[in-house]
Amino acid sequence: MNPVELRGVCYAYGTGDLRRPVLRDVDLTVGAGEIVLLTGPSGSGKTTLLTLIGALRAMQEGSARVLGEELTGASEATRVRLRRRIGFIFQNHNLLGFLTARQNVAMALEQDSALDERARLARAGELLAAVGLGGHEDRVPAKLSGGQRQRVSVARALAADPGLVLADEPTAALDKASGHEVVKLLRDLAKSRGVPILLVTHDPRILDIADRIVAMEDGRIVNADEVVG
Amino acid sequence: MNDVPRPEKLLPWAPERTGEPHAAPPVPAPATGPSRRGPGFAASTLLAVRLAWRQLWSEKARLASAIAGVLFACVLVFMQLGFRGALFESATNLIGSMRGDLFLMHPLTLASFRPEPLPRVRAQQALALPEVERAAPIYLAQSTWRNPVDGTRRTIQLIGVDTAAGVLDFPGLAPLVDQLKRADTVAFDQRSRPEFGPIERLLAERGGPIEAEIGNRRMEVVGLIEIGPSFGADGNVVLSEVNFRRVVKERQVAAVDLVAIKLRPGTDLGAAQARLRAVLPPDVMVMTQAELRAHERRYWEEATPIGFIFAFGSIMGLVVGMVIVYQILFSDIAGHLKEYATLKAMGYSGLYLSRVVLGAALILAVAGFLPGLALSFFLYDLVGSATFLPLRLDLQMGLSVFAMIFCMCASAGLLAVRKLRDANPADMF
Repeated sequence: MNPVELRGVCYAYGTGDLRRPVLRDVDLTVGAGEIVLLTGPSGSGKTTLLTLIGALRAMQEGSARVLGEELTGASEATRVRLRRRIGFIFQNHNLLGFLTARQNVAMALEQDSALDERARLARAGELLAAVGLGGHEDRVPAKLSGGQRQRVSVARALAADPGLVLADEPTAALDKASGHEVVKLLRDLAKSRGVPILLVTHDPRILDIADRIVAMEDGRIVNADEVVG
Repeated sequence: MNDVPRPEKLLPWAPERTGEPHAAPPVPAPATGPSRRGPGFAASTLLAVRLAWRQLWSEKARLASAIAGVLFACVLVFMQLGFRGALFESATNLIGSMRGDLFLMHPLTLASFRPEPLPRVRAQQALALPEVERAAPIYLAQSTWRNPVDGTRRTIQLIGVDTAAGVLDFPGLAPLVDQLKRADTVAFDQRSRPEFGPIERLLAERGGPIEAEIGNRRMEVVGLIEIGPSFGADGNVVLSEVNFRRVVKERQVAAVDLVAIKLRPGTDLGAAQARLRAVLPPDVMVMTQAELRAHERRYWEEATPIGFIFAFGSIMGLVVGMVIVYQILFSDIAGHLKEYATLKAMGYSGLYLSRVVLGAALILAVAGFLPGLALSFFLYDLVGSATFLPLRLDLQMGLSVFAMIFCMCASAGLLAVRKLRDANPADMF
């Protein structure tokens, strides 16, 4: 079964006369281990689609199966549980400013009773080393550069062994070099674990990491190109 | 500033870096079935409280102002309740220090400083019961006392009773009984306010009785007893019935203010009280010492605004403390909405985040209460020695104030939790 399967998903904001559809009959599949880039102009519905897949919004119409869970009509509790199996990377790193890098990554593991505190911190340390931040574990986000912070959030997104990673413009706040570094890292780590990624971006500099690029316009998927090579 | 150091060593699974052909992932995708269980309620609450603590600790100035707010409320409540208890306590000093088995009092007497007289014959009537051993009438009156050192005059409470009868006792009275039989002698309350003069020192210097003036009559102070100032009187003297009449000449012998009754040893107090009630006419109430004290206290609690004033003061303290804690928690949440929304996106439930906020509230309750308790101990000492009020901070009071502070912080937390609804993870993208 594919990690993400959307069939005929429609979504609209507002009600009555103010009803404004943002997604019209979207079909999308993300296969196991696949890296899919979602591009398109502002207001094309990319982000709304991402929040629906991430179980951050309630479905309105259509069917969405994410990690085997049907989201249409799913309860809040089901959605909260599903989110624990999804890694999120935001445009701004959104790390907790009062926690060190290691503690921030460990936060993603505190939902899992199988690990104790020592195991959580050890695992967080491994992940930070994997994103090249060995030696920076005990710094707070304010003491890290933008690229380093985004790499901490990559580590956090991957910490809990997610079945899917969702990223929204992860390079928007970064310069070219560090932006590329971060998505490369994300791609490498995800590939090595077979975790699929759905990444929304405007940034043409990172299109090369994708297995497949999906373009959206006006709430519809307009083309789905297979990236060659 | 966005310089990114390259990883120390190349990642073994990055194929294009190591030049290996695109191989299958070396680490198999972990099983992330829906069966993954979160930690239990207690464990996750502990984690939530730890998160709350880390958040509070990271902003020390804000933490300090929050603790100061709780501390302020705590000290205010302690002082209000302390004053309240002390005033009621001291209001009943006079009655409370009278040691006797049973007392007769006129039903219209509201407080001891304004007694309604009852016929002296009731004391004799009480003797009709075999279990009553002795009954002694008590006369209460206020007169003026001239300070033997500087000559100023103050109102003093006179307690006239047959001290030799052994019916009514005061702390420290026993060794003075014989001396009080002499004419114009009094026993002075050493806990009277200092404006009455340094009687204790004068007695010690003289090594014998000293002269004093009560109601324009020269009297001798022969010794010290312990009663303490009450609302009605700042100072007290105990003197024999005869000496009382010498000072308060207009007083009729037949009209007494209280009757103290001594029962035979081994008598059941309740049964004797019931029988006395049956025997005596309805113009007297038969009370135990505790009932008499409660009656006196009730007057100050109910017929004066004192109880209300202190309850109001305590509530104001709690409200101010609650507003401060609420403000701190609210601005904490408002300032960290993005972080809270991120946590929600990571699969933390609203319940967990509520526990973070309530955990912060309870940390503030404890962190503000402990220094508040210490400061209150100090202030009780300070204020107690300055005002001669019997301020007492006991375990029960400490616990009840902690309960109040706890509820104050918890309700501030519950109010602030509503702000968490604004943390919507869907707005994060």
